[in-house]
Amino acid sequence: MINKFSTTAADAVADIFDGATVMIGGFGEAGSPIELIHALIDHGAKNLTVVNNNTGSGHVGLAALIENGQVGKMICSFPRTANSTVFPDLYRAGKIELELVPQGTLAERIRAGGAGIPAFFTATSVGTPLADGKEHRNFDDRDYVMELSLTADFALIKAKEADRYGNLTYNKTARNFAPIMAMAAKTTIVQTSYCVAAGDIDPETVATPGIFVDRIIHIEKPLQESNLNAQGRTYP
Amino acid sequence: MSLEKNTEAVGWTRDQMAERAALDIPDGSYVNLGIGIPEKVARYVPQGREFIYHTENGLLGMGPTPEIGEEDADLINAGKKPVTAIAGAAYFHHADSFAMIRGQHIDVCVLGAMQVAQNGDLANWSTGAPDAIPAVGGAMDLVAGVKTIYVITQHTTKNGIAKLIEACSYPLTGQSVVSRIYTDLCVIEVTSKGFELVELAPNVAFDTVQERTGAPLIDSRKFSEK
Repeated sequence: MINKFSTTAADAVADIFDGATVMIGGFGEAGSPIELIHALIDHGAKNLTVVNNNTGSGHVGLAALIENGQVGKMICSFPRTANSTVFPDLYRAGKIELELVPQGTLAERIRAGGAGIPAFFTATSVGTPLADGKEHRNFDDRDYVMELSLTADFALIKAKEADRYGNLTYNKTARNFAPIMAMAAKTTIVQTSYCVAAGDIDPETVATPGIFVDRIIHIEKPLQESNLNAQGRTYP
Repeated sequence: MSLEKNTEAVGWTRDQMAERAALDIPDGSYVNLGIGIPEKVARYVPQGREFIYHTENGLLGMGPTPEIGEEDADLINAGKKPVTAIAGAAYFHHADSFAMIRGQHIDVCVLGAMQVAQNGDLANWSTGAPDAIPAVGGAMDLVAGVKTIYVITQHTTKNGIAKLIEACSYPLTGQSVVSRIYTDLCVIEVTSKGFELVELAPNVAFDTVQERTGAPLIDSRKFSEK
C-alpha cells in the first residue's frame, strides 16, 4: 500500500546529506516550510546549496539555517528582504556564495529541471550583466540567452492538504515555487496543515499530483516567520 | 509661468503621476504594477475601465490592501505586503506566473526606474556598487516579456541628478524596453527618435524639463498645448 505520511519532521529530513542541493519553497514567509527547515537545522547537514527566492528574514527559518553555517551557496532572485541581515552580513564577509537569477528564469530553470529539459533560451537578462558568459542565440530577429535547468536532491515545501498518495493543494499565494520544486527534486518532503483521505481532494483541484511527492508530515498550525520575528525569536 | 530651479511642490505629485499613467492603460488590460509609486496606479482606474492586476508571486485578480486585522500571511503581493483577491481571481505557481509575463500575456507593466536612456534602456535593479547585495527579483523578466513598459519616476534624483539620460551608467535591467515615462514634470514617449515630450505638468516649462534631462528632448506636444 502506498502511504507517504511520515511520523516526524526529524525522520522526514534524516537522509539529507552534507553537500546536498535543497530547494525550499516560499516567497518570503508565504509558503515557507518552517518546521521542516527547523528539523534540518536540528539534523545538521552542512555545505548545502539552497534554492529559494529569498534568503529568509530575522533569525528563524531559512535565515536561521544560513546563520547556523549549513549553507555554502544560495541560488535566489532577491537576497535582500526587509529584516534580513544574516545573508547580507555573510555575503559581505565572503562566507557564502550567491548565484543571482532573475525570478522568472529561476522558476523556469526549476520547471525545466522537473520536466527533463536540460536547458532553454529566454530573452530575460539579454544585454545585462546576468547574461555575461552565457551562450546567446538569435531566433526570429530577437536575441536569447541559454539557461540551464535546476534540479535538487531534496525539496522542502508547505501544502494545505495532502492525501496518502501525495496529492496536494496549497493556500493562496503560498503556492509559489512549491509545485515546480516538487517536480525538480529527487526527494520531495512536504509539511501539510491537513491530512485528508484519498478522494477528499477533488481530482480536478489537485495542484501537485502525488507522483512528485515522497514524504509528508502533519503540521496543523505552522509557525509564522513574521510572528516569530516580532517576538525576537531565534532558532535553535 | 516658469519655475525656479529649486522650487518644490511643482508639477505633478506622486499620486497625480500615477493617475496620469492610469489614463493611458486601455480597458480590459492585464497589468503588473511594480513596488512604490507604480502601486498607486491601482487607485486611479479611469471610470468605465476594468484592469486585472497580476502579481508575479502567483495571483491574477489582485485586490486592494485588506482592512487592519484582515491580513493573511499567505496572501501577499510581490513586495510581500498583504493584499486581497477579487471575486474571479486565480492562484497559480511561479512558472505559470512567469509564463504569463515571459509569454507576452501581460499587457502593461508599470515600473520605477533609477535611470532610463533615450533608446529605452532601463536600469532599475542595481547601482553596481561593489558592496551592494545584488537583487533582481522579477524586473528583468517583466521588461523582457510584457508588451508595454511604462516607467513612473521623479524626473531627477533627490540630489537633482538627471535620471533620463543618453546612456545608462548603471547595470541594465533590459535594452530598449521603455515606451513611456511619467515624471513629476511631464510625460515622455520613447521612440526611435529619442525622448519625445508629449505633455507637460501644469505650470512647468519645456525649458525647465530640458535643463533637468540628461539627453535632448523633442517637443512633440500637440500644437494646441504649446
